[in-house]
Amino acid sequence: MAHDITPSGPKPSRLSVARIGVYGFLAMSAIFFAIPLYVMIVTSLKGMPEIRLGDLFALPNDPSFAAWVKAWAQACTGVSCNGIHEGFWNSVVITVPSVVFSIMLGAINGYALSFWRFKGANIVFAILLFGAFVPFQVVIYPLIIFLREVGLYGSLTGIVLVHMAFGMPIMTLLFRNYFSSLPEELFKAARVDGAGFWQIFFQIVMPLSVPVTVVAVILQTTGIWNDYLLGLIFAGHDNLPMTVQLNNIVTTTFGVREYNVNMAATMLTAIVPLAIYLISGKYFVRGIAAGAVKG
Amino acid sequence: MHSVSIKNLDLMFDQVPVLQNLNLDIEKGEFLVLLGSSGCGKSTLLNCIAGLLDVSAGQIWINDRNVTWEEPKDRDIGMVFQSYALYPQMTVEKNLSFGLRVKGVDKEEIARRVANAAKVLQIEALLQRKPAELSGGQRQRVAIGRALVRDVEVFLFDEPLSNLDAKLRADLRIEIKRLHQKLKNTMVYVTHDQVEALTLADRIAIMKNGVIQQLSSPDDIYHTPNNLFVAGFIGSPSMNFLHGSCENGVFTCQKTGHKDVVIDLSRYPFKEAMSKKTSMILGIRPEHLILVEQQQDVPFSVEVQVDIIEPMGSETVVWFELQGQSYALRLHTENHIQVGSTITIGFDPVKAHCFDSATEQRL
Ligand SMILES: Nc1ncnc2c1ncn2[C@@H]1O[C@H](COP(=O)(O)OP(=O)(O)OP(=O)(O)O)[C@@H](O)[C@H]1O
Ligand SMILES: [Mg+2]
Repeated sequence: MAHDITPSGPKPSRLSVARIGVYGFLAMSAIFFAIPLYVMIVTSLKGMPEIRLGDLFALPNDPSFAAWVKAWAQACTGVSCNGIHEGFWNSVVITVPSVVFSIMLGAINGYALSFWRFKGANIVFAILLFGAFVPFQVVIYPLIIFLREVGLYGSLTGIVLVHMAFGMPIMTLLFRNYFSSLPEELFKAARVDGAGFWQIFFQIVMPLSVPVTVVAVILQTTGIWNDYLLGLIFAGHDNLPMTVQLNNIVTTTFGVREYNVNMAATMLTAIVPLAIYLISGKYFVRGIAAGAVKG
Repeated sequence: MHSVSIKNLDLMFDQVPVLQNLNLDIEKGEFLVLLGSSGCGKSTLLNCIAGLLDVSAGQIWINDRNVTWEEPKDRDIGMVFQSYALYPQMTVEKNLSFGLRVKGVDKEEIARRVANAAKVLQIEALLQRKPAELSGGQRQRVAIGRALVRDVEVFLFDEPLSNLDAKLRADLRIEIKRLHQKLKNTMVYVTHDQVEALTLADRIAIMKNGVIQQLSSPDDIYHTPNNLFVAGFIGSPSMNFLHGSCENGVFTCQKTGHKDVVIDLSRYPFKEAMSKKTSMILGIRPEHLILVEQQQDVPFSVEVQVDIIEPMGSETVVWFELQGQSYALRLHTENHIQVGSTITIGFDPVKAHCFDSATEQRL
């Protein structure tokens, strides 16, 4: 008998038409997002004469970080010409407390809503959800009046409060959904063991919430760091975030347009969210998936 | 003095009553098992005792103290959950000591109690492991240990063994019984496994739709079930029931196209004498049916055909047909019976159970 029959057929080819299609699509998407980044980086490393040649995609002949240094320390952001480093620190000072407090608020809300089902919890949750869908431009004016009345308009505290308020619905939703995937018996066991509201929160629930907290940090850091409008309106002149200063550099109307400096300033501004994504991308996907399974 | 006393308890979930006017007294040191099918409210009752659910009406007393509105921690109870509910991020030792640490017990006392519990439950070697690194049986031991270290008066178990395989379940069952004999605490144990209930309990409360059907010793429940539900619930395979009527101490079961079954019940201990003809259900356990060749002198016997045989090691369950319905008979394996053969079976009416068809109560 001829041994020409392989029991389970030939090994399936890995490269089917569908596969090629998928890879093609992925490659296109990657290029779509990578090309502007590439252009920005090479432009920021070129000198002005080279840029004027207009060859957008060419690699720099003589790469130099001069434009980066200038963007950081000397570029004019309106009246002063100290670069965007002041804005960078302003952004840090705004972002850190805003992220920390908005996440804490969201986690506590979500915890109270999913484990301590108090009377009216569902209504509170519905209102919060509604809040997530209100376009924030609508409430800016009343918010300005409110902060002015309590004397916090144009202060660091004011802008942090604003970020907390706008972050609360989505943070609450995120944490509530994650918590409802934790076993309820765990919470009951802790109550029988005598732990109170805060002890259960800090000792039982939060240690189990690392993935969702990472997601929250990413969402909030990028959101708040990239914010322009709220910073411009509420932060006050001394606390203007980096994005506002970047805008000032880019839209300066006198002198030559220094494209390399603009590009460098933009890159500097984008570095923080970029770094956060690169460092924690794995957790990001995991946490989103974990929260999505049960809601 | 009652260890746990439940008085006129009502519980509703969004207007849906789950427990209604429930009364239950549990003696000090008693092992009480709550037995019932899925969804009958066993866990709900246990959660009420623990204080994890707010009751709608009624009172709960523990150790002669009204604890209806007290927090779980103030009720002197420990609870073991079906899913173990160990804190995943803590080692076994930290799991055991969590309750004590929260309470602010001093370090030496904690160490002493943890060591003691670990010794009793034989988990000393596991103290530094995380729950994920334990087997199911070990996790369950840790869960019991968590209640043990707190030195409570009442232990509440919610189906603690139902996630384990049959062998381990049997082993841990004995360990829990041993633990109870040693500690002499009050234990309330929820299960839907009747073997667990019969082997562990001092008393069993059989529940159906949030109502306790019968509360008595395992022996009582098995030998004199109060009503049709209890009779059918306990025993495996479950009791055989014949629907018929009774007049002048004679039970008759008629069915068109079949021979009448007539059983003389003059030896049956009726609760009260029946004056008129009553519609009745007669029950007999498969293990109380006998093969008549062996023991000729039986008040009732009938010839039947063997349908199916289920060998179960030491015993065999024989299914046969009578008046077009299927019934079971439990025999020792030595009786070699063939499918399709005709056998004569019978029983002593003293061992039968009679229930009123309308009220389903025992007669
Ligand atoms: N949180 C809740 N909201 C509404 N109804 C509930 C809730 N918890 C339980 N129930 C209902 O109450 C009834 C009793 O539930 P319970 O959990 O006490 O059953 P059980 O006897 O423990 O069942 P099992 O053996 O499956 O654990 C069920 O009909 C259930 O649907
Ligand atoms: Mg249950």
